[in-house]
Amino acid sequence: MFASDVLVAQNIGFAIIATIMVVGALRVVTTSNVVHAALWLVVVLAGAAAQYVLLAAEFVAITQVLVYIGAVMVLFLFGTMLTRARIGAESDLNNKNWFFGIPVALALFVAMAMALDSGFGSQKMPADPAVATTQEISDQIFGPYLLPFWALSFVLLAAVVGAIVLARRD
Amino acid sequence: MFAAATEAATEVALKSGWFLENAWVIPIIPALSFFLIIFFGKRMPKKGSEFGVASMVGALVFSAGAAYQWIQRVNGAPEGAFISPVVKTWTWWQNSGVSFGIGQHVDGLTVAILLVVAFISTLVQIYSLEYLRGDRRYTHFFASLTLFSAGMLNMVVAENMIQLILGWEIMGLCSFLLIGHWWEEGANSRAALKAFFTTRTGDIGLLTGTAILFFSANEWTTKTLGVSGFSIRGLSSWALSGNPGNAAITMGAIALFIAAIGKSGQFPLHTWLPDAMAGPTPVSSLLHSSTMVVAGVFLVARVYPVFFKGMDILGSGANFIVIIGGVTIVIAALLAFVQTDIKKVLAYSTVSQLGYMMMGLGAGAWLPAVFHIFTHAFFKACLFLGAGSISHSSSHHSFEMKKDMGGLRKFMPITFVTWIISTLALCGVFPFSGFFSKDEIIDNVGHNGYSVFMYVGLAGAFLTAAYMTRATYLTFFGQPRGASAGEHHEEESHDSHAAHDDHADHGHDTHDSHDAHASHGPHESGWLITAPLIILATLALSSGFLNALPFGEKFENFKKWVEPSAEVINPTGIAYVVGSVGEARIAADAPTDSTLAPDAEVMSDSEPVPVEDSHSTAGAGEATPEMLRSTTAAGEDSHSAEEGHHSSPCGTETPEQGVCAAPQLNHAPFKWSKAGLSMLIVFAGFLLSLLVCIQLYEKKNKKFVGLTERNKVLGFGYKLLVNKYYLDVLYEKIIVRSIAHPIAAAVYWFNQKVLDGVVNGAGTTAKGIAGWVYRNIDQRVVDGAVNGTGSVAQGAGSALRPVQSGKVNQYGALLFGAAAIGALVLVIVNT
Amino acid sequence: MFVNQFLVLAAVLFCIGVYGVIARKNAVLVLMSIELILNSVNINLLAFSMRNGSLDGHTFALYIIAIAAAEVGVGLAMVLLMYRNRRSIDLDELSEMKG
Repeated sequence: MFASDVLVAQNIGFAIIATIMVVGALRVVTTSNVVHAALWLVVVLAGAAAQYVLLAAEFVAITQVLVYIGAVMVLFLFGTMLTRARIGAESDLNNKNWFFGIPVALALFVAMAMALDSGFGSQKMPADPAVATTQEISDQIFGPYLLPFWALSFVLLAAVVGAIVLARRD
Repeated sequence: MFAAATEAATEVALKSGWFLENAWVIPIIPALSFFLIIFFGKRMPKKGSEFGVASMVGALVFSAGAAYQWIQRVNGAPEGAFISPVVKTWTWWQNSGVSFGIGQHVDGLTVAILLVVAFISTLVQIYSLEYLRGDRRYTHFFASLTLFSAGMLNMVVAENMIQLILGWEIMGLCSFLLIGHWWEEGANSRAALKAFFTTRTGDIGLLTGTAILFFSANEWTTKTLGVSGFSIRGLSSWALSGNPGNAAITMGAIALFIAAIGKSGQFPLHTWLPDAMAGPTPVSSLLHSSTMVVAGVFLVARVYPVFFKGMDILGSGANFIVIIGGVTIVIAALLAFVQTDIKKVLAYSTVSQLGYMMMGLGAGAWLPAVFHIFTHAFFKACLFLGAGSISHSSSHHSFEMKKDMGGLRKFMPITFVTWIISTLALCGVFPFSGFFSKDEIIDNVGHNGYSVFMYVGLAGAFLTAAYMTRATYLTFFGQPRGASAGEHHEEESHDSHAAHDDHADHGHDTHDSHDAHASHGPHESGWLITAPLIILATLALSSGFLNALPFGEKFENFKKWVEPSAEVINPTGIAYVVGSVGEARIAADAPTDSTLAPDAEVMSDSEPVPVEDSHSTAGAGEATPEMLRSTTAAGEDSHSAEEGHHSSPCGTETPEQGVCAAPQLNHAPFKWSKAGLSMLIVFAGFLLSLLVCIQLYEKKNKKFVGLTERNKVLGFGYKLLVNKYYLDVLYEKIIVRSIAHPIAAAVYWFNQKVLDGVVNGAGTTAKGIAGWVYRNIDQRVVDGAVNGTGSVAQGAGSALRPVQSGKVNQYGALLFGAAAIGALVLVIVNT
Repeated sequence: MFVNQFLVLAAVLFCIGVYGVIARKNAVLVLMSIELILNSVNINLLAFSMRNGSLDGHTFALYIIAIAAAEVGVGLAMVLLMYRNRRSIDLDELSEMKG
């Protein structure tokens, strides 16, 4: 009884957040104002963080908020300002073949929807999943997945060096 | 009795030693030295070459120590017993359950090749001190050379296939760097790229083969031996265990052999090796004749059981390996006749000799093939260094025999004598080293039932003698010509054929002493060059006696030390199970099997260093005395071996107990009649070639000069050879284009008609299709068939252009559009 | 909760992102669209992680977040460079090839 109440609440929460995310995402790709697009992206990313909580992934959700909304979005806003985009509506943010994206996106969606429908049909999530603790995740990262972690560290290092080299004025 | 047995057991516990246990250090020494050269080389008084030479000497000392201790180990064990390799593994890295080890697998083959590589590397580095003096990339040259040695040594000591691939790829990289050492010359960088791409083509096979074998063998090896499916020991035993399915092991063996074809310059992929002569001569001597190019042969010899089973060696009258080897011998030897560049003659000779090794391995002549690696390294390195000595001191950095050499025997006596010794060794003249290895290959190939290929081998021997006579004649006899006669060449006068070798020395041309020596004509080289020549020539003369079959068993040391015995061994791989000792020559007081067997476990305990493998405990407890005894009993049943050979089930049937590490191979008994016949053929080659050479080059006999222009058949053959059987044309013009062009055309069509068509609306699409039908069906297909493919190929460039619009969004649209269509198709098909 | 509700949400976000990559001309907006795509992948990973009761998805979601941060850093550096050289961040104008 109690469990099903939680499930209903979860479903309602999911629906609301999902709606907000889809609307936000659509605004990101349709708005004619770069700064607005960045702010709509914040909405989508925050929604994603909320979905992660629903998916029992608290640590990832927190990382999402810290890294994405905290750091990446600031980067975007700085990028926007440094390139002196007009802080207002612009008419030419889309390229001249923009409508070509619609059939491609639709075709992709149809393909994925069909695959998902036939693959997972009406499968349900486990009713009471164990929430992943940070310790378990760190055991994963520094245990079996240590090698990708190293590779990742190198990628980050290269990215930092690359970004400095590219953006430096000399 | 029990006490006596224990005594015997302690006596036969395999000896080991520090150098043997720590053979993994050998590749580390040059690897460290490489970094020293890179970081500090330029600041050193000798520009980093001292690090290189010192590290090679160090590696040589360690290799010699390991070889000595291995010999002790073999001599300490009962005759005919399986000498377990000294294996060590550490986990290199692991990811989600699959772990990759790194370590050492030291057995007779390993120490033999280690010794050769370290030795030749040392000599070549000493030689390079003089040869490259003043070169503008002197430090980098030594860095690459040292890194190459590290890679090769690492490949040789490799415990598993992953480590072997690591070394293999390092060698490929260094080969690329060194061939392109003087990259300013366009031809050099082209040759470097060609070598790299051609060997990479083969390397696909190495990765595929390793993957196939790993996935089929891993379960068995982990369960039975406690090692991973990459392990060389595991793969060898697995191949002989009767477990592998036919398809898996055959596919794996073919894939690995493709890698060997690429690396060892075997028939369809040999074209890179002669071009690789664009590198400096020490590089040709070290990488492209004596060490790196035998990596493919080494690979086959290393995991020989896989090939033995996968290719059904000894099972039928011909297999993939023996055919490729045989074809390579003949076609490469023929090509050597039309070369005017001395290094190219030697290059084709190398290809041809590698063919012998492959043919030997393919025909079950494992030991002679490995021995040929050993002897060939000495005399071929000597020949290359001799050619370098000539160009360095006499022919003004030219390698053209017809233009710039001749009559050099008077000016360069040391080079001449060492050259002659090595040539005789190469041709397999008794008692030079080549005789004991090459003749053995030919003999064993015939003995194992591949009689067609025995005749191929003999024909190859004839051709070898003939082309080497021609090269020797042109170089050392007759009158000095061109640069050797003191003329300076005009760079402009070089035909394209010669261009890439002559340039070779631009690096030196800046250097002062160079012009100094050009002015006073041909002369002998300095001691830094002649000393390696003399050492190598001595070895070319004497190294054959390590396995001199004609002189009886006392001289068959190489066989004793290197060839793994086909015993059924304890699956834990630590102790060896003494199986059948069927050798007729076993000493009377040697402990018999029955006294030994119950104590095999004691023996394994007293074995100084067991395999340091984290998994090795997995099956250790299973080797019960019962099992060992039963193995022994099985061995005793087969005591009645034919001709005093072991009779082991390995290779022919599935061992019931224990595992095999090597297949049972036969050895052809030596007969003077056979050796005499091949000597006769070789001398016929010498004589015939000498006569033709004198007529052609000395007397300028009208009958011979210009014969190829007059006689159509000969002319055709000559043209075929000069164009290297048109293989390069096939690869570059036909294969690459035929693959690239249809793709380009399809993309063009898609871009023009589909993308633009959608944008411009249905009307234009219809028009476009009509136009396409006209242009493509009418014009291109109908007329194109008439006009030939030439004009079609011409369109490829312009056809590709519109696709490369530079518009990121368009690329994105294409990418995702294609993905969407592909996904839709898959989903619809699967639902 | 169905498994599919998360997966379909991810698919929708992914397609919107793809549309953005194709339709947008402004380089910063293209980067934002790529972020949408990466987030949809993360949702997928976590959904499967929950379904299978394993933590592998969490690990890789974290890795993707880190990679995304690196990608944005380099991407924006390139955009800056582009702006400095051409006073414009229109991808259409970036093309120098004749096409």
